[in-house]
Amino acid sequence: MTGRGADEISTTGATVAGGQVTGEVLTGDVLAGAAREAPGEQDASRADTRTRNNRAWFLVLPVVVSVAFTAVIPLMTVVNFSVQDIFSPTDRIFVGLDWFRSVTRDPEIRAALLRTLLFSAQVLLLEIPLGVALAVSMPRRGVGVSAALVLVALPLLIPWNVVGTIWQIFARGDIGLGGWTINNVLGVNFNYTLDSTDAWITVLLMDVWHWTPLVALLAYAGLRSIPDPYFQAAQIDGASAWATFRHIQLPRLRGVLTIAILLRFMDSFMIYTEPFVVTGGGPGNATSFLSILLSKIAVGQFDLGPAGAFSLMYFLIVQIVSYVFFTVLTRTGR
Amino acid sequence: MTLVLDGVGVRQRGEIWLDDITLELPAGMTVLIGPLAAGKTTLMRVAAGLLPPTSGRVLVDGKDVTPVSVRKRSVAFVYQQFINYPSLTVYENIASPLRMDRSFPKKEIDRRVREVAGLMGIGELLGRRPAELSGGQQQRTAIARALARPVDVLLLDEPLANLDYKLREQLRADLKDMFAGSPGVVLYSTADPAEALTFAAPTVVLGEGRVQHAGDVADMYDRPPTLAVAATLSDPPLNLLPGVVRDGRIECLGASFPAPGAQDSGRPVVLGVRPHQVTIERTGPGGLEFPAEIRLAEVTGSTTFLHLLLPDRRHLVAQLPGTQLFTPGEPAVAYVDPAHVFVFDEAGGSLLAASAAEVDLHG
Repeated sequence: MTGRGADEISTTGATVAGGQVTGEVLTGDVLAGAAREAPGEQDASRADTRTRNNRAWFLVLPVVVSVAFTAVIPLMTVVNFSVQDIFSPTDRIFVGLDWFRSVTRDPEIRAALLRTLLFSAQVLLLEIPLGVALAVSMPRRGVGVSAALVLVALPLLIPWNVVGTIWQIFARGDIGLGGWTINNVLGVNFNYTLDSTDAWITVLLMDVWHWTPLVALLAYAGLRSIPDPYFQAAQIDGASAWATFRHIQLPRLRGVLTIAILLRFMDSFMIYTEPFVVTGGGPGNATSFLSILLSKIAVGQFDLGPAGAFSLMYFLIVQIVSYVFFTVLTRTGR
Repeated sequence: MTLVLDGVGVRQRGEIWLDDITLELPAGMTVLIGPLAAGKTTLMRVAAGLLPPTSGRVLVDGKDVTPVSVRKRSVAFVYQQFINYPSLTVYENIASPLRMDRSFPKKEIDRRVREVAGLMGIGELLGRRPAELSGGQQQRTAIARALARPVDVLLLDEPLANLDYKLREQLRADLKDMFAGSPGVVLYSTADPAEALTFAAPTVVLGEGRVQHAGDVADMYDRPPTLAVAATLSDPPLNLLPGVVRDGRIECLGASFPAPGAQDSGRPVVLGVRPHQVTIERTGPGGLEFPAEIRLAEVTGSTTFLHLLLPDRRHLVAQLPGTQLFTPGEPAVAYVDPAHVFVFDEAGGSLLAASAAEVDLHG
């Protein structure tokens, strides 16, 4: 982040500077020494009309300090934990990469990783098409617009742990509306506290209910930006609803869907609050996702070493998968 | 092939967008000209079937098509914005209306696509996507798409308005050739008088949702029947000055010119003068002479537009040839030849005379 800041500042002078020395001269006071070492003749040979002003660095300082204080230093503490075995505040030994090795070999963590990846994949497969379908069927104008927007946005306004509580009750077989209906009206035996599949379905449905609206709102915003003449042209050509969607609406959704997929992947991959409230990771390990397992190791067992190594790897996986998604989504179809 | 609008009216949210439009358009090209918000787009959308009229009927070849959905009609529409399918190549875009029709065999589609693409000068670009084209090429694609399928009614709504002027002139010439002798009805709307005059096709002047006048565009330019038509067909805008009839002369801002037929003393009139008829050098005797102050000189290269402030704080624009330099604030004298003054009725704005000699006003 600081590196990028320096680049931006230096470009103010870059237009004036000659090509080959740009990098050296313009990186501010940090590298001013290097600039001074540059051959004196070269400086004299061209009129140096640039005003050197390094005050811009002071403007970046608050960001550097706050990022360091809120992100870099805490992350470094985690790095610190991950390479030590801590018995007490005064008694610790350096263990190198041992914790990383043991974390990668831990069958419980491996199972949780697969479970979380499967969950994220199912979330994307359900929420993206459903959200787009919802957006397409929302009215484009009239009084219906505000009504539809409020209705769709409602689940997004509910605090996450409340969403968990709502579904914990809703899906119960004895007093919950949903659970009772499935058991007594549909006649299917459904109990998310005992059956792993039922628990999985409950958590998945809860996420779909909670977050499909986000995809729908993003897609709706994208659809609204399409000028009317496109739809009229499709009408004149006699294009079907599917062809209109495929050739007019979908191409316009590329940008927002990239964002939606990224957001939904990251969020679902790190899901914690709602399943924690509904199932607490159970029954057994059925809904014990990476985050739930991590908090169990870090807060429950207070194993700071493995927890540190685990979180760093967790963080890296999210970064890498997001990067891959982003690259693939922005490059295909161009 | 004919397109008839019979008493077509459109009201939206209590506003009148089109008021009792009755027009009969023959096969071939018709130009629809009008200022902004005149109702051009609304009229075209009604003609296409995209907008059902509040009242009146639309007939194609004598058949009432008012209730027929646009999907079932034989129409094509070209918009001011460049409307193409973003995910399809130029080839697919042009082919799309033909594919929907289902009566064209594959070979025929291919032949037609290549033919219109060649005609529109985009034969080399068939494999590209719209996003990879310039604005002019995108609009050529949109026009080619409209031309690919033979239709009864082809509507072009200010198709050249968003293009830069060089492309506009080139495409204008191409389109003129292309629509000459078209068996279908081609309705072309524009706000640019130069475009209407170049096409030299039958022209309908639309203003405030009504047909102001219809006829030959050159005639209309020479003898605009009303002030509204004169204003619509004048670019740069027509200069308007107040005048009063006084014993064989017409007085205007302290100056006057002889008009033998002007005998209805005291009758107020509106004088219309095109900017290129105003000079700052005396050309002959008997002209109108105004003392003026130079406010601004706009130099475009081949022309200089001189903005003048006349007595009574009236503005007058003179279109002078070539690049001429003036200093704002300096005095000047503006001359107008009475042979080129339009005299309009103050009430109603209908043309009374197209020159001083023609004036025939008796009490």
